[in-house]
Amino acid sequence: MKLYGKFFMIYLKSQMQYKTSFILMVIGNMITSFTAFLAVYFLFTQINQVEGFTFSEILICFSAVLMAFAVAECFARGFDQFPSMISNGEFDRTLVRPRNEIFLVLASKLDFKRVGRFIQSVIMLIYAVITCGIFWSIDKIITLALMILCGSIVFAGLFLVYASFTFFTVEGLEFMNILTDGGREFGKYPYSVYGEEILKFLTFVVPLALVQYYPLLYLLDRTDKKLYMFLPLVGVLFIIPCYGFWRFGLRHYKSTGS
Amino acid sequence: MRAYFSLFRIRFISAVQYRTAALAGITTQFAWGFLLIFSYRAFYRSNPGAFSMEFSHLTSYIWLQQAFLNLFAGWIRDNDIMGAITDGRISYELARPISLYGKWFSQIAANRVGRTLLRCAPILIVAFILPEPIGLGLPPGFVHAAGFLASMLLALGVTTAFVLLVYSLTIFTLSSYGLWTVLVMLGDFLSGHIIPLTFFPGAARRIAELLPFAAMQNMPLRIYSGNIAGGDILLCISLQCFWLLALSLLGYLVMKKALTKVIVQGG
Repeated sequence: MKLYGKFFMIYLKSQMQYKTSFILMVIGNMITSFTAFLAVYFLFTQINQVEGFTFSEILICFSAVLMAFAVAECFARGFDQFPSMISNGEFDRTLVRPRNEIFLVLASKLDFKRVGRFIQSVIMLIYAVITCGIFWSIDKIITLALMILCGSIVFAGLFLVYASFTFFTVEGLEFMNILTDGGREFGKYPYSVYGEEILKFLTFVVPLALVQYYPLLYLLDRTDKKLYMFLPLVGVLFIIPCYGFWRFGLRHYKSTGS
Repeated sequence: MRAYFSLFRIRFISAVQYRTAALAGITTQFAWGFLLIFSYRAFYRSNPGAFSMEFSHLTSYIWLQQAFLNLFAGWIRDNDIMGAITDGRISYELARPISLYGKWFSQIAANRVGRTLLRCAPILIVAFILPEPIGLGLPPGFVHAAGFLASMLLALGVTTAFVLLVYSLTIFTLSSYGLWTVLVMLGDFLSGHIIPLTFFPGAARRIAELLPFAAMQNMPLRIYSGNIAGGDILLCISLQCFWLLALSLLGYLVMKKALTKVIVQGG
């Protein structure tokens, strides 16, 4: 952990060297998610609810997913550059070091530009929390915290799967984006709007709905099943097969030889 | 002119080499298209009369957008050119006896056309086969088909000119990624890449439709489905011609100015 802190400081300092560029990058990141927000806002100027969810309820959902994603991204998006680590042999060097290889991959690719998305999600969440009219009792606060925390773990798991595929294909697989970036982009709305089958898929295969749709129902008083509040914790179990897949890939890894 | 055509050909041929990447891209775009349509279906179910675009027009818009993503999306990056600007290869480019603007213009356009030709066919075919409300319909008449093709060509020109203008601006800033993200993301939003411009409310829509970004994917995709009809088609096409000229002229001047400032930093 101390080592991680050290890596953290080094990268923070090195990225702060180009201040204008860094600030522009953060703004760029913010604009990306801001346009997604504007799109939702514009759509809601023409209707006032979708599948029974109002604008501020959608915003709660949107900002929780966005924040979960942003947190996962800050720490785990190092996996995004994993394909290039594999193909240029950098990963082989990592393997000979006396630390856990996941730790080293993550610590070597910290990226602070992603902070833009996080800031945006904080602002949106604050706005949504104030306007949605939920009475914030302790259990509601816990539910929201679980959604964000467990959500980021599920997203981190997805990043890990993305990286693990690289052991077999060397190149990054674009279709994984539908689960990572897509999970964020389409997570703006409760996953139920996409229909029964997709909700089932996101419940039982990739448990994104467990950290979004079900706890959201509890949060918005659509259900009083206490169970839904704790479903995000079940979603976290997803990290186990992800890690298994990574170990499996690692065992089959033959260096690219360059 | 011949030099630019052969540059276009070289780029084009190299762009169609990456077939596995194209396959992965197609899968992603299918899934993306479906999810988009499902989410809009929920919106339309909630209040069918609220939107100024028929649902079938919207699905056509979405499928064409997915099929021609590589043609129109601003965020498709030409790493070659970005790289040349940041690592100084631009100085080699300057030594060549042809206009840099023309060279890069044909490079960008060829890249986009090549990648699109590899990817669009499967998406278009499946989208045509899909049943009526969620599939891609035929354009309502010959005028719309012809208008779509003309407008698509012009939109490619406008998009290329815009992207190249952004690259030229990044020559000033050395580290280019930030500026590029800001401008391109704004451009994509205002060209109807995130939601069609018809979904913008009142004043925002009127302003957006006057900006050059409206002359990009917004126009051809809406002409195809019949969302833009009659005399408006001609108006759109002439607006596109205007923006194509204006943006390329501006891009050309900015690049000229930027190139007087290039200091190659050794190496």
